[in-house]
Amino acid sequence: MTQSSGTVGGRSSVVVGQLLLALSLFCSSSGTAQQKPLVLKGGKLLTVSHGAIENGVLVMSAGKISAIGTVSSIKIPKDAEVIDVTGMTVYPGLIDSESYLGLTEISAEGSTNDLIETSDEIMPHMHVHDAFHAESELIPVARLNGITDAIVAPQSQDTLPGQDAFVQLDGKSAKDMLLVRDIAMPLNFTGEQRRNESWEKRKFPQTRMGLAAQLRQAFMDAQDYSERWADYEKKKSDTSGKPDDKKGPPSPPKRDLKLEALLPYLQGKKSIVLAAREPSDLETAVGLAQQFKLRFVLNHVSHSQPVLDYVASLKVPVIVGPIYESPKNYERYDAVYRLPGELYKRGVKIAFASYDAHAVRNLPYAAGYATAFGLPHDEALKAITLNPAEIWGVADQLGSLDVGKTANVVVADGDPLDVKTDVKRIFIAGRSVPMTSRQTVLRDRYSAK
Amino acid sequence: MRREVVKLFSIAAVVLIPFHSPAQQSAGPSSHNEVLIKNAVVMTVTHGNIQNGSVYVKDGKIAAVGKEVNAPSTAAVIDAGGKYLTPGIIDSHSHIALDDDVNEATSPVTPQMMMMDAFDYQDKAIYRGLAGGVTTSLLLHGSANMIGGQAIVIKHKYGANRDAMLFPGAPRSIKFASGENPKRVYGGKDQLPSTRMGNFAVQRAALVEAQDYMREWDDYDAKVKRGDKDAKPPKHDLRLEALADVLRGKLLVQIHCYRADEFLTEMAMAKEFGYKVRAFHHALEAYKVAGDLAAQGVAIATFSDWWGFKQEAWDAIPWNAVISMRKGVRVAIKSDSEDFARRLNQEAAKTMRYGGATEEEALKMITISPAWIIGVDDRVGSIEVGKDADLVLWDGYPLSSFGVPDKVLIDGDTYFDRSLPGFGMPHYREEE
Repeated sequence: MTQSSGTVGGRSSVVVGQLLLALSLFCSSSGTAQQKPLVLKGGKLLTVSHGAIENGVLVMSAGKISAIGTVSSIKIPKDAEVIDVTGMTVYPGLIDSESYLGLTEISAEGSTNDLIETSDEIMPHMHVHDAFHAESELIPVARLNGITDAIVAPQSQDTLPGQDAFVQLDGKSAKDMLLVRDIAMPLNFTGEQRRNESWEKRKFPQTRMGLAAQLRQAFMDAQDYSERWADYEKKKSDTSGKPDDKKGPPSPPKRDLKLEALLPYLQGKKSIVLAAREPSDLETAVGLAQQFKLRFVLNHVSHSQPVLDYVASLKVPVIVGPIYESPKNYERYDAVYRLPGELYKRGVKIAFASYDAHAVRNLPYAAGYATAFGLPHDEALKAITLNPAEIWGVADQLGSLDVGKTANVVVADGDPLDVKTDVKRIFIAGRSVPMTSRQTVLRDRYSAK
Repeated sequence: MRREVVKLFSIAAVVLIPFHSPAQQSAGPSSHNEVLIKNAVVMTVTHGNIQNGSVYVKDGKIAAVGKEVNAPSTAAVIDAGGKYLTPGIIDSHSHIALDDDVNEATSPVTPQMMMMDAFDYQDKAIYRGLAGGVTTSLLLHGSANMIGGQAIVIKHKYGANRDAMLFPGAPRSIKFASGENPKRVYGGKDQLPSTRMGNFAVQRAALVEAQDYMREWDDYDAKVKRGDKDAKPPKHDLRLEALADVLRGKLLVQIHCYRADEFLTEMAMAKEFGYKVRAFHHALEAYKVAGDLAAQGVAIATFSDWWGFKQEAWDAIPWNAVISMRKGVRVAIKSDSEDFARRLNQEAAKTMRYGGATEEEALKMITISPAWIIGVDDRVGSIEVGKDADLVLWDGYPLSSFGVPDKVLIDGDTYFDRSLPGFGMPHYREEE
C-alpha cells in the first residue's frame, strides 16, 4: 500500500560526512557521522515489524542498524561502545506525518513565520525546502521526545499551498536534514480555504464551488501545458537530423512554474495529500482527484464517521486527526477520538500527525489516547513509525528496528505512548544526539537551589 | 449599603432572568441519592490511596470513605471492579460556555462585567469537559483588559437547568491581565495602553480612582453619622464599586500574566494598594521567581507544556510546574481551552515526567490546588467525608495517556456514563 514513490535522498551525504569527520572521538555532536559501533544492550526492543524482543541487543554501525536480536544471539563487535539499557524500552524514531517544524518560531510574531503564502489559493510552486529553517529552536524540543523524522507541510489556508518535505530532525544543515524534497503535495478542501471573511472583503473564490472550479481549471491548465511541451518535444525530435529545414528548430513553450509543479502529480508520480473533514467535502475532493487520476492519501476525515466504509473502499492510507479536534455538537464526545480505531477495524492504514510545530513532541500521546478508544496498542505505535514510513515511501530506511535501516533509535524508561515516559537517549543515523534544547538550558539554570 | 450593590446586581441577574427549562430536560439530583461505590482504588488526594476502597454517598455528599464503610442496603451499588476513583477534576481557568462573549475589549478596565450575564449553559463544551472528568470550572473574563470582569464557578451538570449548574456559595473572583494582550488590543487602536508601562499605569490609575471613590463614601457616611441632614450621597458607580471590592479583599484576584518581571510588579502593586493576589494564570515564567511567589502565598494556574505561541511564552518550559512546586508554590494545571479541558488528567501526568512529580502531587494540580485557587477547597477537590460527592471512576490509570472516565458523578448524581448510548448522559436527551 505504499503510496509515494519518493526516495530517501541525502543518504550519500551521511556517508561522506563519515569520511570527513574521523577526528571526533565520540559521536555526539549534531550532524557528525557515527564513528564506532554502538550497542544498546539489555532493553526491551519494540521492533514494530517483528514484535518485541526482551533482553535484546541492537547494534548500530555506520549509521545503520547492523544487528538486532537477543543478548544470547548477537555477537557484540569488539570496538563497540556498549550502552546498558536494562529496564529501558527501545523503539524506532517516531515519524510525524504533518508538522510545521522549521517554518515558525513564535506563532504570534509574523517575522518568524514562513507558514503559508496566501496571495493565491493555487500555489503548488511553493516548496517547503526553500524555507525550512534547520536551526529552529523547536526542532531539539520535538526531538527530545523521540520524534526523529517529520513531514513538513505548509499551513492549510490554500487549496494547493505548496509541496511538503520529509525531514530528519538532526543534521549539519538543511541540506542534510531534507531527506526528500517535494515528497507530496497537499490539496486542502475543508472550507477554510474560502476567501470570505466578510462580505465587504469578499473575493473569488468565496465558496466551495469557486474553490473546486479553480482547482479543476488549474489541473486542466497543467494538462494543456503538459501537452504543449509534449508537442514541442515531438516537433524537436522530428526536426532533429534535418538541419536544412527552412523553419528552423521549434521554440519551446514559455515555462510556467505553477503548472510545472503540478505535473508529477498529474502523472501519478507523487501523492496528493487530500484533506477533508466532513463527508460532503471528502466526496467532492475525492471526485476531483479521481477526475484527474491523482494518486492520493487522505488527511483528517475528522467528521466523516457516517462514510467510513466508503473511506475504506478507496483503499488509500489516512493521516488521521488531530484526534483532539472538537466534535460537532451533534456528535458524541468521543466521535473523533474513535476514528483511528474505526479506520483500523476497516483495514485502513493510518498514521498520526501533530499538525503543529511547538507540540510535535506530543505526537505519541495522541496515538496513546486512541488506544483508550479502540485502537490496539501495537497499531498505535505502528501509526507513528512503520505506517508513515510506508505511506511516505521511506520504509526501506525507516519505521522499524530492522537490519539495514537507518539507525534512528529511541531509548526511554517506559511505554512510548505514555505521557509519563521519559526519553533518555536519541540516536539519529547512529549518532547520539545531545539531550538538550533551549528549554533544558532554562530548566538547568533556574532549578538550581 | 452600596457595598452590596454589585452583589445585589448579580443576584438580581439570577432572579430576574426568567427560568428557561432547557430543551432537553431538567434534572436535579434524584430524590433517591444514596450510592455505594465499592471495590475501587480510591485516590483521596489528601489522605493517600485506599486499595479495595469504598465510598458511600448520601444526599450529594461523601458520607463515608474507607476499606469498609457502613452503607444501608437501599444504596445503589456501583462495583468499580478495581478501577480508579478520583475526585472530580477542577479547571481553574476556562472560557467555555460564554458564546465568545469572553472579552469586553472596549476599555482596559471593566470590572463591572459579570460573566454570569453571558453564561451559555447549553454549550456542549460543558458536556465534553464532563466526559473528560471535569466537574467544576472557573469561567473567567478574557485577557484583553488589565482589569476584566467577574467570574462564575460552575458544576458541569449538563442537562440540568442554569441555576443548578452554578456552584452554590462559591466566592467571587475577578480577572486581571497584563503583558502582550492588553498591549495588542489597545495599542493596535493607538490607545493607552500599548506598552507594559502603559498597562501598569492604567491599572494603578484605576485603583487610585477606586480609593478616591471609597473615600467619598466614607466622608458621606461620616457626615450622616454626625447627623448632617444636607449630606449628599456620591453617585453609585458599578465599575468603581467592583474595584472597591478588590481593595476590600472581597474578590479573589486572578491575574493572567506570563513574564517573571510582571509577577513582581503585580505583587508590588497588590502590596501598595493592600489587596492579595490569589493566583497568577498561565504563569509560564513562574519557575524563574518561584521563591518570590511562594513567599507571598500566590498560587499559579499553568499549562503543562504549551509554549511558543507568543513572545511572552517563549521561555515556557514543561518543568515550570514542578520547579515552582518544589520551591513552595501551590500549582494547578488548567485548560484555558475547550480541548485541554477534556484531558486535564494527561496534562497533569506530564508533570510526573517533567520534573518527577509524585502521583499525588500530579493529581493535586487538577483537584485540590485549583479548588483552592477558586476558593472552594473546603467543598471539593478531594475524597473526604463531608465534601460534595463529585467523583470520577476511570477506565484505566488516570495519570497516563490511557485512562478515560467511565462514570462521572456530581453531587452524588451520575451525569456521565460512558456505557450509555448516545451522548452517555443519563439526564440529557437531545431535542427531537
